[in-house]
Amino acid sequence: MLSKRLIACLDVRDGKLAKSVKFVDTKDIGDPVEKAREYYLDGLDELVFYDITASSDKRSIMLDVVEAVAEQVFIPLSVGGGVRSVQDATDLRLAGAEKINVNSAAVQRPALIAECAESIGNQNVVLSMDIRAVERSEVCPSGYEIVINGGRTPVGRDALAWALEGERLGAGELVVNSIDADGTRDGYELTLTRMISEAVRIPVIASGGAGTPDHLVDALTTGKADAALVASMVHYGDYRVSELKRYLHEHGVKMRMHW
Amino acid sequence: MENQVLAVIIDYDAGNLRSVERACREVGVSAEITADPDRLATADRIIFPGVGAAGSAMKSLRARGMDEALREAIASGTPVLGICLGLQISLDHSEENDTDTLGLIPGQVRRFAFDRPDLKVPHMGWNEVRVVRPHPLLEGVEPGDEFYFVHGYYPQPASPDEVFAVTDYEIEFACALGRGNYFGMQCHPEKSGRIGLDVLARFGRWDGSC
Repeated sequence: MLSKRLIACLDVRDGKLAKSVKFVDTKDIGDPVEKAREYYLDGLDELVFYDITASSDKRSIMLDVVEAVAEQVFIPLSVGGGVRSVQDATDLRLAGAEKINVNSAAVQRPALIAECAESIGNQNVVLSMDIRAVERSEVCPSGYEIVINGGRTPVGRDALAWALEGERLGAGELVVNSIDADGTRDGYELTLTRMISEAVRIPVIASGGAGTPDHLVDALTTGKADAALVASMVHYGDYRVSELKRYLHEHGVKMRMHW
Repeated sequence: MENQVLAVIIDYDAGNLRSVERACREVGVSAEITADPDRLATADRIIFPGVGAAGSAMKSLRARGMDEALREAIASGTPVLGICLGLQISLDHSEENDTDTLGLIPGQVRRFAFDRPDLKVPHMGWNEVRVVRPHPLLEGVEPGDEFYFVHGYYPQPASPDEVFAVTDYEIEFACALGRGNYFGMQCHPEKSGRIGLDVLARFGRWDGSC
């Protein structure tokens, strides 16, 4: 039986680890390579690196980070942030990323998903979606809307429709990131997570809002997610990766417990 | 590094070969990536990795004469490890692109076809590799040990004699097959943490007998 996955997301700015609350007030909190190695040894199932570097001339630093992490971490490694072309995806793959996350650029030009899927395989293309709750309307019948540019720009696109479109275009996996919940530590947006997970036939990763181990249990049971993504919970030392996995395991969630 | 063993990784335009190379290096097996079929004849051991599709992989192997070179290396006793697609194309035929494959082990490769919407394809993530017959490369793999999988098709060998481990994903399928000095795994040991790295370390020591 397939295990549920615990994924840690590391936001990297100019080569350093950063953590934001609701996508603003980012601050540096350490060395991403060191953190990645620590989590790997503690049983993490998968790593995501998100490049939030603003200036384009510092973008290549990310390739060095990915390369250094890939040398020491032998679990799937996913990288995103600023991927605009198959070339960007290929560069990151060569540096050692397994999967590539696309986000804003795919919203602006959906063909990017198909192009990446064709080039590096569906299973390696992750569509990351930043989503906020809105009034139900003709434009957003699900009551959830896609936002881009780090959560700042609404695009008037329904989140559920975009998830289905992403799957159709060849995404192998979806990250459902609630902007409303991000950084609050009040729990994942379960209604949203479940709605998308039930609608698609590709794995769904719940993201944004994890604060306690019970939130993870909820995302993987009630929310029907295949994986739960954490950041603050582990970055600040409040919880250890192994501790979270043990908690999930003890609460009936199938997890990988040998490492 | 001590006890450095050279493994040749076959390059056929399919996957991220460097992750296999890096994992080998981590366990003291130095690896060289090659697209040159002549290199296989002199290799101590060969790793045949792969993600991608069966059709394009076979086409690329044949175009370079890599299929014959691999057959000859196996006939001469060189230990060979197939990973993921590298295992699948060791069978006779794959439903993926309706492709005739290498035929090193009798059997077919089938697509996961489920009626249940909650069973997602590809089978992606960590799952238990249950050893059903001892093999030098699986020594020390214990009940409950999980490996990382990413695949939409699965091997269905003609005979149970070549099956060394199985995995459950709604159905039970063979996830490790072997015949003589050839051994293949459906999962990715290079992405499976210490438990996976141990398989590569044992491959570095394996003389090809089982």
